[in-house]
Amino acid sequence: MSDMDPITLAVLKGRLEQIADEMDATLFRSAFNPIIAEAHDASHGLYHAETGETLIQGKSGLPIFVGAMAYATKAVIDKAREDGNLSDGDVYIFNDPYDGGTHLSDFKLIRPYFRDGELFCWIASVGHWHDVGGNVPGNYNPVATESFQEGMLIPPVKLYSGGKLNPDIVTILSANSRLPRSVYGDMNGQVNALQLGIRRLDALLDEYSGPTVQQALTTLRDRGAVLMRARIAGLPDGTWSATDYLDNDGITDEQMQITLKVTVKDEELTLDFTGTSAQCMGPLNISRSTAEAACYVALKHVFPDVPANGGVLEPVQIDLPEESLLCAKAPRPVGGYTETILRLIDVVFQCFAQATPEIAPAPAYGTINALSISGHNPGGQRWVMFSFFGGGHGGHSDGDGLNHGNAPISTATIPPLEILESAYPVKFTQWALRPNSGGEGEYRGGLGAIYEIELLADDAQAFLFGERGRTPPPGVNGGGAALRNRFTFPDGQGGWAEPPMTSKMTGLKLTKGQRVRLETPGGGGWGDPGKRAPALTEQDQRLGYVETKDKA
Amino acid sequence: MTDKSTVIGVDVGGTFTDLFFLDESTGAIDVVKVPSTRGREADGFLDGLSRNNTKLAEVGTIVHGTTVGTNALLERKGAKCGLITSEGFRDVLEMRRRDRPATWGLRGEYTPVIPRDMRMEVPERILADGTIDTPLDHDALRAAAQTLLDQGAEAVVVAFVNAYANTAHEEEALKVLAEIWPNEHLTAATRLLPEIREFERTSTAALNGYLQPVVASYLDRLNTRLGEEGFGGDLLIVQSNGGVMTVDTARQLPVRTALSGPAAGVIASAEIAAAAGFENVITCDMGGTSFDVSLIAGGETHLAAQTSIDFGMVVRSPMIEISTIGAGGGSIAWVDDAGILQIGPESAGSIPGPVAYGQGNDRPTVTDANVVLGRINADRPIGGKLDRLDVEAAKAAILKHVGEPLGLDAIEAAAAILKVANARLAGALRLVSIERGYDPRDFSALPFGGGGALHAGALIGEVGLKSALVPRYPGVASALGCVIADMRHDQVRTVNGILGALDTDALAAQARAIGDEGLALLGDGGISFTGRDLLVELDMSYLGQTHTVAVPVALDALSDRDQIKAAFEATYDTAFGSHLENVAIRVLNLRVSAIGRRPKFDLRVLAPTTDTKPEDAIASRRQMYADGGWHDTPVYDRLALAVGSVVAGPAILEQLDTTIIVELGQTARVDDFGNIVLAAD
Repeated sequence: MSDMDPITLAVLKGRLEQIADEMDATLFRSAFNPIIAEAHDASHGLYHAETGETLIQGKSGLPIFVGAMAYATKAVIDKAREDGNLSDGDVYIFNDPYDGGTHLSDFKLIRPYFRDGELFCWIASVGHWHDVGGNVPGNYNPVATESFQEGMLIPPVKLYSGGKLNPDIVTILSANSRLPRSVYGDMNGQVNALQLGIRRLDALLDEYSGPTVQQALTTLRDRGAVLMRARIAGLPDGTWSATDYLDNDGITDEQMQITLKVTVKDEELTLDFTGTSAQCMGPLNISRSTAEAACYVALKHVFPDVPANGGVLEPVQIDLPEESLLCAKAPRPVGGYTETILRLIDVVFQCFAQATPEIAPAPAYGTINALSISGHNPGGQRWVMFSFFGGGHGGHSDGDGLNHGNAPISTATIPPLEILESAYPVKFTQWALRPNSGGEGEYRGGLGAIYEIELLADDAQAFLFGERGRTPPPGVNGGGAALRNRFTFPDGQGGWAEPPMTSKMTGLKLTKGQRVRLETPGGGGWGDPGKRAPALTEQDQRLGYVETKDKA
Repeated sequence: MTDKSTVIGVDVGGTFTDLFFLDESTGAIDVVKVPSTRGREADGFLDGLSRNNTKLAEVGTIVHGTTVGTNALLERKGAKCGLITSEGFRDVLEMRRRDRPATWGLRGEYTPVIPRDMRMEVPERILADGTIDTPLDHDALRAAAQTLLDQGAEAVVVAFVNAYANTAHEEEALKVLAEIWPNEHLTAATRLLPEIREFERTSTAALNGYLQPVVASYLDRLNTRLGEEGFGGDLLIVQSNGGVMTVDTARQLPVRTALSGPAAGVIASAEIAAAAGFENVITCDMGGTSFDVSLIAGGETHLAAQTSIDFGMVVRSPMIEISTIGAGGGSIAWVDDAGILQIGPESAGSIPGPVAYGQGNDRPTVTDANVVLGRINADRPIGGKLDRLDVEAAKAAILKHVGEPLGLDAIEAAAAILKVANARLAGALRLVSIERGYDPRDFSALPFGGGGALHAGALIGEVGLKSALVPRYPGVASALGCVIADMRHDQVRTVNGILGALDTDALAAQARAIGDEGLALLGDGGISFTGRDLLVELDMSYLGQTHTVAVPVALDALSDRDQIKAAFEATYDTAFGSHLENVAIRVLNLRVSAIGRRPKFDLRVLAPTTDTKPEDAIASRRQMYADGGWHDTPVYDRLALAVGSVVAGPAILEQLDTTIIVELGQTARVDDFGNIVLAAD
């Protein structure tokens, strides 16, 4: 450990974090699409000049990017080395998920930061664009079998060279999106955020000198490793395993599994995913970088005080079987990456709950439920209503799970239904908590939700990408399972039907007055339901959180 | 005196009730500070009034900043309230916007102020364009109200989906409910906030209903007591937007008092700064657990559209924008497992308080560091509850919890705590200015409350501020703000149209109509104004964006599309550096504020009238640690310093409730108003 003056270190830590936070705030306020502006599906940070490792990451960005952006930066570093002409003012842009993690919707803009002619670090911005082409508006294509069906794939290329915009790139990006105005606006917002980061870093380095800031970054990374080792050492030595399931890959209705064996030995932690299903035909695959980022997210939920830098993963070994669901190769589709990483996080929680019950919450609702409804307005223009829907959080040692929360990989908020109704020809007929949906336990899982939507236009199509339609979120430490995800639509005979793949549906034709209904899972329960305080049981009944059991 | 020329500002805070007396005919002033009486706030209020010889019969106006509403929200001590919603939507309040309390850890719960069994649904539906889809079922409404009454509801709130686009059903519901509801505590959400976004509107209305019985009964009690003491003037209440309202309005709209006290402090600061010739200031209020900052640029305070009182407790109503970080005098300094010195967020508060208070806390706080370094007078603690502070205990705690883990001695460790604390405070100042597109170097710090002035000098260096301006009575700034505040009513309507296609004449007519309503609310008798103004803002964005910017537009310019566009682009440039071309512009909301300007008084009455030489104002000397060493430092009686006095650092200026540190290399000057201006040499 370098012996940096502790006062300067503490001060610089705050200053550096503030730079990333300000970049987040700039993009959130100026973004064009609600997925960034409202759902905060974006992130900013500083990355190591040589390795791309995360140095500093904004606090308000999407949690999953905390791990993934290091890989994205590494991909740019490799490309820049290959090109051999990196210069100040360059901005790389790309969305290749196999190199940079996550899915095609996430566009990364990565810019070198030079100080006195030397590369000091990288600054990166990532944001979820509204539409990047592909077969399905909004890009959640449940039946994709190759990434080509999911959208355009842009490898790392220079959007700016030496500070000069390459307009051809913008033309190509715009031509490949159903919503070119949104693409243009968001890209500009990201460029502005990077520019702000450069200005702030300039000021900071003027004040403290490059070497001092560099030393602080190194020290903070090393301290991250120290802290993580301390947290691991606080766990008992041992091995615990868990397996959890994905409904299907959207192509073949066969269950897939993620299996994890966690081993704690002194200050070292191993996450071994041997036994996980092979990569699949449909879009449920994730790349190695995404899987490692998801492990980081899970660990940070278990140990919330570890910092967001690369040092944290130093004492952690992650074993991912090649060509498995968690280590897929191009062009296996990855558009549904959210579902797979949520399940990965669920198995991490289930293993840690065995090691030390107080440390891990029960799994949350475990599906992003990307639902889009799309049609054409009378003028012939396309409209796409796209949103993620919420569910319950798992019970935990401090209390019941949160009702209607956002996914563990995200801090996204849901748009107001009034905003959706004013923008699209739909009417919500229900927006409610879903009774009984939380798993029972000493601490109950939080409740999922019911959203019922009626079409007001003559016709439209609905697309859903979801999971947990067959295997509900389980409880931990003796707690019960939640209710499963349930999507229904008119069966044409006055009743309701479920899609053949339960929570995945493409091109569902709707006509005026027809409704779709989404009932999302709650969270798993924590601890023995027999130990639940009678007052809480009484309250559950009185408030209708728990009703006489229905069969869902 | 029968002309009722006295105005009294009364700010009831958590710890102290502050009063500011002004006789407008003579310019005589007085300040009083008494302990607050939590739960019986009117007692402290009356106690404070009795400490001055003014006869209440001679008082024209009492202006009151109150935390009764804030405390009821934070402590969940509001009334039992019911909510009636459209069928299918009773859980909107509880589902929030699908957020969570903390990004990491997935712990934490949310309990809405109106529980699920007190939320009823009635058949009714209006579409986004305002058309009625399902008529309001009156029988179901009556039945729902009866159920709520049977379950003990003291107040009821009606919040229907899309009512912002057509208020007919909510108005209809109010009429029906008025027939059966046994009291006046009825809230229709769109009466409060006719703005798109169902959760924010419902939440604001729910909190209003939750507060109505509590705040109304407090104000009634207060009014009665004041009447018994002979008061026959006007009682006005400060709102979170920094304006005042009548008691009648406050009883109906108590949610508008949620940030009453802090708002008054910012209003006073703006006035003090303007009088002293400071256009750009950042106010800083350092309390026991938090540090609150607010930006005043070009003499204007900034309003935020909404705030959260606590997780999920959203109030959407214009309020003075105050940013808070968890770093106050009671914030605990600790070294984390990675060996990094941290300040807060845990706080020792005022009970048990810092280690030096000797009330059971043994973990060092920011105040302890100030005590150990001689910056706070251990022999004369502020607050008056203790005779002396325990310096040795503070030193031992700092050594144990910060010094030893970092390899520093107690003094070095105390200095490190201050350095890191000041860096955090500086971060807050930097962020509020940068976020709004300003350079913090163009601003001065204006500390008010008790603790800010201790750190103001250090912040000048840390942020690169121009200077710091310490008001003559920083501890009673909120009470002073009460006396100064204008009467103000903010109203909003959702427009949701494309600028290019908007009927701007209709927009202008609507603004005038709303403005007239606001002016009517100012009242036609009683309170005297020196002027009445209407301010218009449009919430605008590019089509496709969901975040809007607030664009000030002159009322006369509203019918001119080009002027609206130019105003939007200018505002956008300030916020984001540049604007876009050839993208459609959307107008989401129309906001109109009616302001009744209350008479201002010459702040020069605050200035000292002494001609004491600075050296004669030195009360004592003590050792103070600064810039890595101890200095024999003069301690001045701040209030004894005459106008024009200049004091070079290092120096300590003390007054009853505030200590001002003049750092090495800085100079303090007393300006014409009795303010201290701190600046680097």
